[in-house]
Amino acid sequence: MKNRVAIVGAGMTLFRRRMLESPKELSFEATRMALDSAGLELKDIQSVVSGSAPDAFDGIHMKGEYLLDGMGGIGKPNQRVYVGGGTGVFTPIGGWWNVASGLYDTCLCVAEEKMSPLHPHPQYAFWSIFDQILERPLGTTLLWIFSLEMRRYMHKYGIKEEDIASVAVKNKGNAVDHPCAQLGAKITVDDVMNSEPICWPVKRLDVSPPSDGAAAVVLASEKIAKRLTDQPVWLDGVGWTLDTTHWTNRDLAYPEYVEKAAWMAYKMAGIKKPKKEIDIAEVYDPFDYKELHHMEGLQLAGKGEAPKMAVDGVTQRDGDLPVCPSGGLLGVGNPIAAAGMMKICEVFWQLRGEAGKRQVKKDARTGLAQAWGDLMQVGTVAVMRS
Amino acid sequence: MTPGLSTRELMFEAASRAYEDAGVDPRKDVQSFICCTEDFWEGISITDEYMPDQLGAVLKPLCTISSDGIVGLATACMHIMSGIADVAVVESHSKISDVLNPDEISSFALDPIYDHHVNADPRFVAGLEMARYLKETATKRDYCAQVAVKNKKNALLNSRGVHGANLDKDAVLNSNVASSPLTELESSKTIDGSIVFVLASARKAKKLGDHTVWINGIGWSSDTPWIEDRDLAKAAYAEQSASRAYKMAGVRNPATFFDLAEVDDTYSYKELQSLEALKLAAKGKAGKMVESGTFDRDGQLPVNASGGSLGVGHLLEATGLHKMLEAVLQLRGQAGRLQIPRAKKAVVQSWRGIPTATGAVAVLGN
Repeated sequence: MKNRVAIVGAGMTLFRRRMLESPKELSFEATRMALDSAGLELKDIQSVVSGSAPDAFDGIHMKGEYLLDGMGGIGKPNQRVYVGGGTGVFTPIGGWWNVASGLYDTCLCVAEEKMSPLHPHPQYAFWSIFDQILERPLGTTLLWIFSLEMRRYMHKYGIKEEDIASVAVKNKGNAVDHPCAQLGAKITVDDVMNSEPICWPVKRLDVSPPSDGAAAVVLASEKIAKRLTDQPVWLDGVGWTLDTTHWTNRDLAYPEYVEKAAWMAYKMAGIKKPKKEIDIAEVYDPFDYKELHHMEGLQLAGKGEAPKMAVDGVTQRDGDLPVCPSGGLLGVGNPIAAAGMMKICEVFWQLRGEAGKRQVKKDARTGLAQAWGDLMQVGTVAVMRS
Repeated sequence: MTPGLSTRELMFEAASRAYEDAGVDPRKDVQSFICCTEDFWEGISITDEYMPDQLGAVLKPLCTISSDGIVGLATACMHIMSGIADVAVVESHSKISDVLNPDEISSFALDPIYDHHVNADPRFVAGLEMARYLKETATKRDYCAQVAVKNKKNALLNSRGVHGANLDKDAVLNSNVASSPLTELESSKTIDGSIVFVLASARKAKKLGDHTVWINGIGWSSDTPWIEDRDLAKAAYAEQSASRAYKMAGVRNPATFFDLAEVDDTYSYKELQSLEALKLAAKGKAGKMVESGTFDRDGQLPVNASGGSLGVGHLLEATGLHKMLEAVLQLRGQAGRLQIPRAKKAVVQSWRGIPTATGAVAVLGN
């Protein structure tokens, strides 16, 4: 690797179902907060990387161009990187190559999502992700395909719905301590089990909400980072992988693409035994079963073994491997691209010991953030160190 | 137009040819794949879903960069420079024949509150820019027409030049008005196509054959997204991109440095605006230089000798890659009837089209 890359500032907006701010204003708020936390001004920023998921949410073609001024991109090299739901964690990865390549010394990475403009419901944007000939005529929705995946995962390893529900209980509970959270709540496994089935086995409390919001980080080269702060958080490993379009042809029980992405990042960061070396993980949790599924793909749990870790409390904030100490997408909210970036921000704050009431009990030195998206197809992984 | 082929088939064909040409196996030799697409042009949300299989990129790092293909090339350069890839692949395409309502799609890129309701041919922005450019630079109206005459004539020699024609200025000026003062023959027409590039690190490239073309400098930039806030007379994004690319490539005197240029000519006046932004012509002088033949195929600096977008066609986000392709063929001495003798250094520039002020510049050498 040519240059080591550090995160030197982070910021985010409230995550809410319907924000009054425009997409540009949301981007501005997160960007301003990230710059303030890094002690920088826009003139210090050399390049910008933006992230936002489908244009269909806002109905704005070339959304990256529209968002440009809110993200501080005028007169600067700007790239919009895009891998569906994986975009949030991929946005700082885009920043990573801007800096690691030696082309730029500072890079602002902003992820924004405003899902609420789409009527009658943001889920309608996902109709247009399916194959026009084979899948759209079926009226497929995302919830259907996730229920297939959840069902397959449960079947293959004999997992109980109650065990999966414990993830929703943990994450919504964690989110109570997050000042930006949309759905923090103290709930029980019974609450999840008794919530309305949306597409069995997926029930209402198994799913993250549609949200509006933005989040941002500032990246800097080693030389600049050391000048700016005593506590840089190093972005030491990045990885991403896309699987085939034909999602119907793979075994949905195990996300091989997440494993490949994880090993790309681990290799770069020099991590050989992820279970031992990763202290905290912000694993992508748009559904409660996905957290478990992804922990296995990330090699943080053996195949089919993640549910037991959740039930035994290993993944609690005071456990051996805290997972989603932020409250995750289930608790903080899921403005697609911004949600992944929120995870990067959380690991940044945790590794700097700035997470306040959310601070994990153990001394966390190495953290991981992961996102996932497309047709159950893409994994994006970032490994960070204090 | 390719009504008989799907996007994925077009991509497969282009990718197969590129891999064959470079002598690489995508499954073994390539570490990063980049596609430059926009959802609305594809009619699909999250278009990277449909990219891996036909590129040989299944279970490999692949991503979308929602921008012009040259920004995709810049991304590949950064992947190589940062050490995560030895070989990277960049793809972009246009499948405009699948789009029933291109003007409406373009209109969705206008500001949703202030501009979208205008409900006019989106080229109204080009008409405004052209009028402003002509006024500020005191450029004669028919110099713009000469750009269309030149490029369409150049395209007659290009096997890809489907919009090639032998016209005179009067024919161009008297064609239907697209958006005053811009006429239809000064406005490029969209076509289908997929273009794939294989990039490699210097170490790897030396093992892959002797027809390597080097990217010596690359830059990309955006002016404000607010049409109302821009200086419509100039292409600020091209000035900024060029200054970064020239700095990287060590180009001090662009006006005399290059053997050929492929620059944005989505609309006739854009070529003049771009030539000035790239410092290949002094402010307000590009029109006169076109008129006097400086930028002809056999002129001092051939500009869009391929026929450009006016002569070959506009390829949406693949437009930059098309210009790269024409320049690379020239530098490899494989341009056939289009070949410019002793071509060693080229500059390539692209613009993302209405209503953006985003573009990119690459400096190439052989």
